[in-house]
Amino acid sequence: MDGLTPTPDSRLDGYDFDYLIQEDRVHRHIYTEEPIFRAEMTRVFGAVWVYLGHESEIPDNDDFVQTWLGLRPIILVRDSDGNIRALYNRCTHRGSTVCRRQSGSAKAFQCPYHGWTFRNNGEITGVPWPEGYADDFSDSKFNLAQVPRVDSYKGFVFGTLNMAAPSLMDYLGPVAKPLAEWVDRHPGGKVALCNANRLKLHGNWKLVYDNSADGYHVVFSHRSLLAMENRLSEEGDKGMAFYKESPDTAPMYVYYFGNGHHFKDKRGNVERDKPGALWEIEGVAPGMEYFEEKLRREHPGRADEFLDLAASEPMNINVFPNLHILGNHIQVVRPISVTETDTTWWGTAVIDDEGVLDGAVDDINAIRMRTQEGFPNFGEVDDLMNFEQIQVGLQAEEDEWAYTHRGLGLPDRFSVDEAGTIKGPATDEVFLREYFREYRRLMTTRPDIQIAREV
Amino acid sequence: MNANPARTSYYVDDDFYADLTAAFSDWQSEEAEIADPARRDEFRRLLEREARLLEQDRHADWLAMYAPECLYWVPASADGGDPKREVAIAFDDRRRLEDRVYRLGTDYAWSQQPPSRTSRIVSNVAAFETADDAVVMIRSNFLITEFQAGDYRTWAGWAGHRLRRNGDGWEILFKQVNLINYDQNLRNPSITL
Repeated sequence: MDGLTPTPDSRLDGYDFDYLIQEDRVHRHIYTEEPIFRAEMTRVFGAVWVYLGHESEIPDNDDFVQTWLGLRPIILVRDSDGNIRALYNRCTHRGSTVCRRQSGSAKAFQCPYHGWTFRNNGEITGVPWPEGYADDFSDSKFNLAQVPRVDSYKGFVFGTLNMAAPSLMDYLGPVAKPLAEWVDRHPGGKVALCNANRLKLHGNWKLVYDNSADGYHVVFSHRSLLAMENRLSEEGDKGMAFYKESPDTAPMYVYYFGNGHHFKDKRGNVERDKPGALWEIEGVAPGMEYFEEKLRREHPGRADEFLDLAASEPMNINVFPNLHILGNHIQVVRPISVTETDTTWWGTAVIDDEGVLDGAVDDINAIRMRTQEGFPNFGEVDDLMNFEQIQVGLQAEEDEWAYTHRGLGLPDRFSVDEAGTIKGPATDEVFLREYFREYRRLMTTRPDIQIAREV
Repeated sequence: MNANPARTSYYVDDDFYADLTAAFSDWQSEEAEIADPARRDEFRRLLEREARLLEQDRHADWLAMYAPECLYWVPASADGGDPKREVAIAFDDRRRLEDRVYRLGTDYAWSQQPPSRTSRIVSNVAAFETADDAVVMIRSNFLITEFQAGDYRTWAGWAGHRLRRNGDGWEILFKQVNLINYDQNLRNPSITL
């Protein structure tokens, strides 16, 4: 068998997903086959709520930023009336992109090719020499296409093309709680993006998703980082050192929430209620001693609380299919081809609109920028090499399977709560098995995809 | 206060950020350009030596070209942006630069297994006076061809070096590496630029 045998329920271009996704393993084809990738862009990215951007990227009316929904080029815009919309960056006339700038402010987009012009809500406002058309362009079919359902949660903007999808809150389900906790540790329950470490890999996008709650790889893939982080530390307890001994008995857990979302919660390793506990395990960063002393001198009663805002939150929150919150980063995954993926690690800054930080926000951010540059430089690059080398290894045609069965058959390792959330030890692969089950369901279902043109 | 910048980072303070921003603002004026070919050649040789040491993976010798209180900076923004409020591709003080070199020497830095081989061309060297007689700014273009595991990659852009006189020679205070694709996704940015 090679997965090409069609069955009535699960076939897609001849690929049988009941064969490709099994309880304990997945077939190499899901990472290597072009037809499967093309189908994912519709059956996964077209079917579920996909992260499009952050509200802080478009704070004011008329602000826009370019983004992607799968392979669809999107302009995420806050229109002149303040509504957040996800316009297709595709002229209705001949198909050219109408917006070429990565971000900016614009009340209208004019196609550079023939000059068709659209308001920033997508509505067509004019075409050159209209007397050459029998149409009067009052029909909404000439408006830019847009994602029919766009919604936000805690500053995260999502869109879906699937009219039958549940509400965003129902789609998020229990993952909304850690997302809220992550955001709400910041003043006003807000963060703002502050540029990014932008990375690319020659590998399939799912290799990133597979790794995102993986507690098994840490001491191996990140061996150089762990050694580096602790080269000057007498206690040897910096960064991710809590993985070193026996991560499955440490107070950190992997959760599977349904709808492909999962979560690795490492907060049990720190006394999270004690101010300064996060700061204590933060690795070294440029300027940290100066700014720590300054904060302690100028804010003696609140310095630990402020320093914790500069330190990384030990959470990995993974919102299927393309959003990861880890440390203080918002990591966004963009599939480009079956073997190429961009992964962008947006930094986040603390903002203090309400003035509750006693003027310390700039000093907190001065440390926080530097702590955030550590992992992309010294950790993620090693993971990305390992993902690329998976892609190389999976070229071996006859060696078909990649295993996902750590923990399978050991029911004592898991608990399930009343909401159906599965909890297991930190290195377990239960999150892989469960998200692939959801992936298989999506890949064998044709979503009701629609675009909107009415404004 | 432990002032060893390889162990603690007290020097990356408010004044440091202010000086950094000032150093990389409006520094390439024609009035400030150093016309003397002998002086320019001295700086060109320094940059060529830096490139050669990196090609040869002589990282300890490379680090020795930098002042104790130095900065290696690869901005993710045009003109550097505001480093106190933006993350950079790299913003390494002395300790983090030594971290970077240490990691590459661990044998477990998988991003550099196998190690990349590089060929580095430095050109278009221009030198500029500053208000301080002992400090100059250098602008140069670079083109790095990286070969690793069958793939060629190219890194191109311009660098700004801030040099301070040190005995008979010069030490590097700041190096700002401006990639032409600073705002794009980069594959395996783990070599030292």
